[in-house]
Amino acid sequence: MSDSILQIRGLGKAFGGDWVLEGIDLDIRRGEFLTLLGPSGCGKTTLLRLIAGLETVSAGSLHLQGRDLTPIPAERRPVNTVFQSYALFPHLTVFENVAFGPRLQGVKGAELRRRVADALETVKLGELAARRPGQLSGGQQQRVAIARALVNQPLMLLLDEPLSALDYKLRKQMQLELKQLQRRLGITFVFVTHDQEEALSMSDRVAVMNAGRIEQLDTPRRVYEDPASLFVARFVGEANLLPARVLEQRPDGLSLELEGKPFEAARPQRFEPGGRVHLLLRPEDLDVWSPEELRRQPEYQARALAATVEEVIYKGAEVDLLVRLESGVQVAATAFFDEEDPTLEYQRGERVFVTWPAGWEVLLPFEDAS
Amino acid sequence: MRPAPRGSLFRNATLAVIWLWLLVFVLAPTAMVAVASLLERGTDQFVTAAFSLESFARLFDPLYFQVFWNSIYLAGVTTGLCLLAGYPFAWLIARAPGRIRPLLLLLVIVPFWTSSLIRTYAMVIILKANGLLNGLLLWFGAIDQPLMLLYTEAAVIAGLVYSLLPFMILPLYAAMERLDLRLLEAARDLGAGRTALFLRVVFPLTLPGMIAGCMLVFLPALGLFYIPDLLGGAKILLLGNLIKDQFLAARDWPFGSAVSVVLLLFMALFLLALVYVRRRRADAEAAL
Ligand SMILES: Nc1ncnc2c1ncn2[C@@H]1O[C@H](COP(=O)(O)OP(=O)(O)OP(=O)(O)O)[C@@H](O)[C@H]1O
Ligand SMILES: [Mg+2]
Repeated sequence: MSDSILQIRGLGKAFGGDWVLEGIDLDIRRGEFLTLLGPSGCGKTTLLRLIAGLETVSAGSLHLQGRDLTPIPAERRPVNTVFQSYALFPHLTVFENVAFGPRLQGVKGAELRRRVADALETVKLGELAARRPGQLSGGQQQRVAIARALVNQPLMLLLDEPLSALDYKLRKQMQLELKQLQRRLGITFVFVTHDQEEALSMSDRVAVMNAGRIEQLDTPRRVYEDPASLFVARFVGEANLLPARVLEQRPDGLSLELEGKPFEAARPQRFEPGGRVHLLLRPEDLDVWSPEELRRQPEYQARALAATVEEVIYKGAEVDLLVRLESGVQVAATAFFDEEDPTLEYQRGERVFVTWPAGWEVLLPFEDAS
Repeated sequence: MRPAPRGSLFRNATLAVIWLWLLVFVLAPTAMVAVASLLERGTDQFVTAAFSLESFARLFDPLYFQVFWNSIYLAGVTTGLCLLAGYPFAWLIARAPGRIRPLLLLLVIVPFWTSSLIRTYAMVIILKANGLLNGLLLWFGAIDQPLMLLYTEAAVIAGLVYSLLPFMILPLYAAMERLDLRLLEAARDLGAGRTALFLRVVFPLTLPGMIAGCMLVFLPALGLFYIPDLLGGAKILLLGNLIKDQFLAARDWPFGSAVSVVLLLFMALFLLALVYVRRRRADAEAAL
């Protein structure tokens, strides 16, 4: 494929007999913002280090623009890393930190000063060039780390949780700046995070990882709205899972038994009759009605599930509800204040009905996960 | 441990003990030496209470210049060799697996458990004409005649290096242990090969340890009189030998004291220069 810059095939890594990464197949596209998302210990850093050459490959291959990367040591790969700890050189000024890479390439004098100044300008740190890393704030250090990597004009920039040490506000701001920077420079970014919101808001594509494997590689939207597995569904956002039984498989849909009632799923998915499935519903997809309200919504009446309000959590712009269905399954629903329902008055113990727009449910193979 | 609050009895008592110790065992003897250096030699006592600069004047004898330069030369060579040997040694310890590191450190420290004097005698036994080393070389047939190893400058330097090497290794180890390995990875990621890695990252970051080690070797090396005595056959003089001889053999306390004062001043100047350079560097950084 011509638009792929790095091809990863069957990549695996073992530490002393333990496989921490297995069967990774991944094509990274030129100029994309790809995020590796996954829980702690799932192998995100290890994958980055394999690409950077800081770890040796145990199985599989990596090809950068068609060239086998395996025999090339880290110092000769056209790839740079922004480390989670920043790893700035404490004995060098900001200028010298950024100049480190170009100097090794033999860049000198006015050309060196211009390139370093440009890189520092890119991260808006021009006036701090003479400081040492110890005299900078966390956010400034992080930007130096980015400048130090960018100045080498790498084919790919690898960023290992670069924002995790920052406070919420700075983090939001840096997310935006990073995204703008990536768009402006057109460099391929491989970004690691275990924050799903960060992954969804910044990336062109997200690779959701679990226990050393990639569970799903897709656009943020599809990862969220159409998760490939229960793991992805739960890791990316909040998920309500309703167990159901397959009654009949038809070409245009599926008849299910849900909460003791028949339920027609619109999406044509393949499941064995008699088998069990999970319906995935995001809290914001659910509507919660009082009995009087439901009477005014005839189209929902047949499908509405009866429930009892257990908890009401006021959040300013929205209200989070925890309701329990008659089968005993607990479900979270988010209701927003809007012109349709400006009051959102719910009482604990109140009888309500839960519905969702037809076809918004996602069917997943049943997994006994608690 | 939290520092005891100011003005607490424990804190005051501790400080008092330390000050008393410094006063009685450091300041007082030094002052006595300084005073003695300005007095005249006595006939029936070691010194007589008469002011004289005579001892210092005698130091300008070229003979003593020779001793002075010789000391600096030997101490310098010793320091250089300790650095060359100690640097890779300390690196290996610092990079050894965590389990065996304490063991390796112990091996560095074990020699301290016996007196340095006794270990120097052991070196005599190894190096002398019919000693262990010559015996071994003869037995292997590497030589037909015993080598003249003892009573050479090389033997003195070997003795000094052997005695002082731990003082180089320990501060170097401390600096290397603290070295963040992630910085080395960052440097490689930025394109640094082995040489650049050492020159641009490892060397500057271990420089404080190197300076500390060099001082801990160089300054004592000027005064370790028994090593030239035993291994150099008293042919090679250090400042330490000169001082010892004046006090014990020539019984010229004022002159011995004068040499001591000069040695002390030299060391103090050395340390001051170092502090000055460091402060200048810190100031230059702060000014940026
Ligand atoms: N040098 C190593 N030796 C042995 N095991 C290692 C080594 N490096 C990583 N591991 C193991 O590999 C697994 C993956 O580690 P990795 O650092 O890639 O996780 P991660 O996804 O980056 O996690 P986090 O989000 O916590 O940074 C972990 O179980 C870890 O213990
Ligand atoms: Mg990690």
